[in-house]
Amino acid sequence: MSCQRAEVEQEIAMHIWIIIGLIGLITLAIRLSFILLFGVIEVPPALRRALRFVPPAVLSAIILPDLLLRDEQVSLSLGNERLLAGGVAMVVAWRTKNVLLTIAVGMAALWLLRLLG
Amino acid sequence: MDTARAVWWAGFKAEAPILLGTMPFGMIYGVLALAAGLSPALAMAMSSIVFAGSAQFIVAQLLASAVPALAIIATAAIVNLRHALYSASLAPFLKHLRPGWKWLLAYLLTDEAYAVAIMHYNDAATPLRLKHWYFFGAGFALWSSWQLSTAVGVLLGSQIPASWGLDFTLALTFIALVIPALLDRALTAAALTGGTIAVLAYGLPYKLGLILAACCGIAVGMLVELKHPPPIRRLEATDELPES
Repeated sequence: MSCQRAEVEQEIAMHIWIIIGLIGLITLAIRLSFILLFGVIEVPPALRRALRFVPPAVLSAIILPDLLLRDEQVSLSLGNERLLAGGVAMVVAWRTKNVLLTIAVGMAALWLLRLLG
Repeated sequence: MDTARAVWWAGFKAEAPILLGTMPFGMIYGVLALAAGLSPALAMAMSSIVFAGSAQFIVAQLLASAVPALAIIATAAIVNLRHALYSASLAPFLKHLRPGWKWLLAYLLTDEAYAVAIMHYNDAATPLRLKHWYFFGAGFALWSSWQLSTAVGVLLGSQIPASWGLDFTLALTFIALVIPALLDRALTAAALTGGTIAVLAYGLPYKLGLILAACCGIAVGMLVELKHPPPIRRLEATDELPES
C-alpha cells in the first residue's frame, strides 16, 4: 500500500515539474518574442494597443475576487475585512504610489480590523 | 572590459532600491508555495525556471486547488503576457546584440528590471554601446535577490501560521501597482471590466473566469480608447508603470 502511495506521489511531483517547465518556456518565449523578431516582422499596431491593457485587466481580475468574495459569495458587508483593508490600500497607493507602504498599511489594516471585529 | 564591469555595477546599484520591495515579496512567495503543498525543491525551482513573481503566486495557488494542467498553463501565460509589451519596447535597443545576449536579457526581463533598463536606454546622454551591461547588472541584481529571498521564505515557511493572512500581500502588491497606472479613462475601464467580470465569472470551471475577465477588460479598454483618445500626451508602451 505505502509503496503504491509513494509511486502516486512521485507521479504527481513529476507532473508538477513538467507544468512548471512548460510555464517557464512560455514565459521565456513571451519575453523573447519581439526582441528576437524585431526587424523580421512588424508589431501590428492593434496588438501594441491591446497589450497596453493587459496589466490593468489581468491584475484587477486577480484583486477584486480576493476582496469581494467570501466563500464564493459576494460580501459587501462591514464584516468583510479584506474589502475594507483593500480599500484603505487603494487610497494609499493612489496618494503615495509607494508599493512597500501600500502593502504595510494594507496588512496593518487587515490585522487591526480582525482585532476589532 | 573594465568599463563594461563598471556599467554592469551601475545597473546593479540602480536596481538596489527596488529590491527592498521585491525581497519581502520573494519571501512571502516561498512561504505560500510551501503552504500550497509544493516541496521546497519545486518552490525554489519555480523561482529560477519561471522567474515571474505574480505568475508564481498564482501557479502555486492553482496547483494546490487541483486545477487541470492546461488551465494552469493558460492562466500563467495570460498573466505573463504583459512581458510582451516590455519585449516590444526594448527590442529596438537590443537589435545589434548577439543571440546569446538576447536570450540572457529576455530571461531577465521582469517588470522591475524593465523599469530600470528602459530608463537607461532612454537616457540619450550615454552611448548605446555598453548599455546591455547595465541591463544585465540590473537583471542580475533582481534575479539573485529573488532566488535568495525565495530560499529564506522556504526555510521560514513552516513557522508562519496561515492565520496571519500573509496571502493578502499578493492582492495588496497588485493594488499598489495597478492604481497608480490608471492614467486615463481607457486604462481605468479595462481595470474595472476585468475586475467585475472576474467576480461574476468566478464560479466557472478551471479558473476560466480569469482568462475571460482579462479578454473582456482588454476589449473594453480598446473600445473606450477609440471613443476617447488620450489627450495631448500619447501613451506609449514605455510609459507603463512597472509592476510585479
